[in-house]
Amino acid sequence: MKTLLILGAGTGGTMVANKMSQLLDTREWKIILVDKDETHYYQPGFLFVPFNIYTPNDVVKPKRNFIPKNVELIFSDIEVIEPDKNQVKLSKRTSPIRYDQLVIATGSDIRPEEVEGLANGGWQKNIFDFYTLDGATKLGEFLKTWKGGRMVLNVAEMPIKCPVAPLEFLFLADWFFHEQGIRDKVEIVYSTPLPGAFTKPRASAILGDFLEQKGIHLEADYNIMEVDSGKNIIRSYDEREINYDLLVTIPTNMGAEVIERSGMGDELNFIPTNKHTLQSKKWENVWIIGDAGNVPASKAGSVAHFMLDVLVENLQRAIEGHAPLPEFDGHANCFIESGFNKGILIDFNYDVEPLPGTYPIPAFGPFSLLKESTFNHWGKMAFRWMYWNILLKGRKIPVSSQMSMAGKLVYEN
Amino acid sequence: MTKVADFSILETLDYDDDGFMTDASAWTPEIGEAIATVLEIGLTERHWAVIDFARKEFVENGEAPTLRKISKVGGVPMKELYDLFPGGPAKIAAKIAGLPKPTGCI
Repeated sequence: MKTLLILGAGTGGTMVANKMSQLLDTREWKIILVDKDETHYYQPGFLFVPFNIYTPNDVVKPKRNFIPKNVELIFSDIEVIEPDKNQVKLSKRTSPIRYDQLVIATGSDIRPEEVEGLANGGWQKNIFDFYTLDGATKLGEFLKTWKGGRMVLNVAEMPIKCPVAPLEFLFLADWFFHEQGIRDKVEIVYSTPLPGAFTKPRASAILGDFLEQKGIHLEADYNIMEVDSGKNIIRSYDEREINYDLLVTIPTNMGAEVIERSGMGDELNFIPTNKHTLQSKKWENVWIIGDAGNVPASKAGSVAHFMLDVLVENLQRAIEGHAPLPEFDGHANCFIESGFNKGILIDFNYDVEPLPGTYPIPAFGPFSLLKESTFNHWGKMAFRWMYWNILLKGRKIPVSSQMSMAGKLVYEN
Repeated sequence: MTKVADFSILETLDYDDDGFMTDASAWTPEIGEAIATVLEIGLTERHWAVIDFARKEFVENGEAPTLRKISKVGGVPMKELYDLFPGGPAKIAAKIAGLPKPTGCI
């Protein structure tokens, strides 16, 4: 009996388990899936919790519900991965699990302690994150009674999960403060290490215009050095100081600690991964899906979804003794909530930046790219249902894994 | 470190839209010296430690190192990096080292 071991039962690991359980011959292969947490979090939903659009209950379900019966699910911390010995040690088992093929889907998490002073006195008093359900919930409680002042949103360091989430937070906050009748009493500042609103130039320019229209001040190229929570000031390495009444932070994102303990990661604990085949750069029978790896694509569930087909195909090829195919193109597809029941959609890959147009069908859509529309907003809202019912189960979503140029408008210079 | 830079060596090179050299293999320390002078940075031993680290990283990984890597792996404190290369240490160091623009952010 051979073993396919999957570490992490989040978006990526769950999809791989579902897909491989349909494809592998269970007389020959055993599939084992390991995670420390019994709860599956719909992470894209965290964004809506501070504004009371979703409640915490809307974004959690038991992991067990999404795992097929022929997959052995173990809830345990992972002590260490030993890829040279093809085995993994779990804290709940005395003997290591030996594997033939390993898929790592251990994701990434925020590390507030990476910024001096961030996790100190003001943490969850007037400093909040919204990348954890706990942070998003506590921020929501704070906002319920906030009377206004200066809200600073700071991105500590790139890369982060879902690089559009900070923008969506700003747009939704602008809307929320309007609804509360206190928009004129709130000053919104966005400080980011990026040179503009987003990571890709054309989208950055368009999204930067949205910020301006909504009266949100952009402080670009801002690399935070420390938080002085006694004085309510953040300071950058080039000594720019920004006062805040409310600091919403997106702390440094790092890969799981077990990756560091196992000596498999880079300086952010992300695993060096071949960006086209999704194979580990060092071990032939180790594969990485989602934000656990260092591929230069967005760290988002949509990207993990587009990785799935390529990873599954390459895993099967490896099992049959063939070389992996370099088919992953970095495809990402993000709905950006822009407030007031509208949304923007962007679609891009390693080489093509987000362009205007329609998606997925040329001239028809129904979604419009890089433009605000109500339909895009409903696309985002419908996505939660798709996530639980189609995506996690490894079922087909009617768009292709590789990015298509159809429907995109390309301007000549 | 006070030798006068020879700007003429910069004229025959190719650059991208942001002024990064497109062919890292064409770089020499003299070119680095000249680019630094254009950027009004006088290179000291500490600057060279960063530039050498960035070059070495590029050879090993095919891309210019991020700020965190220069700091954590290269061992130059973040604050010092900002003093050495005011404005944007990772980008400016890459430019002087003749490397493509760092792609640390996606």
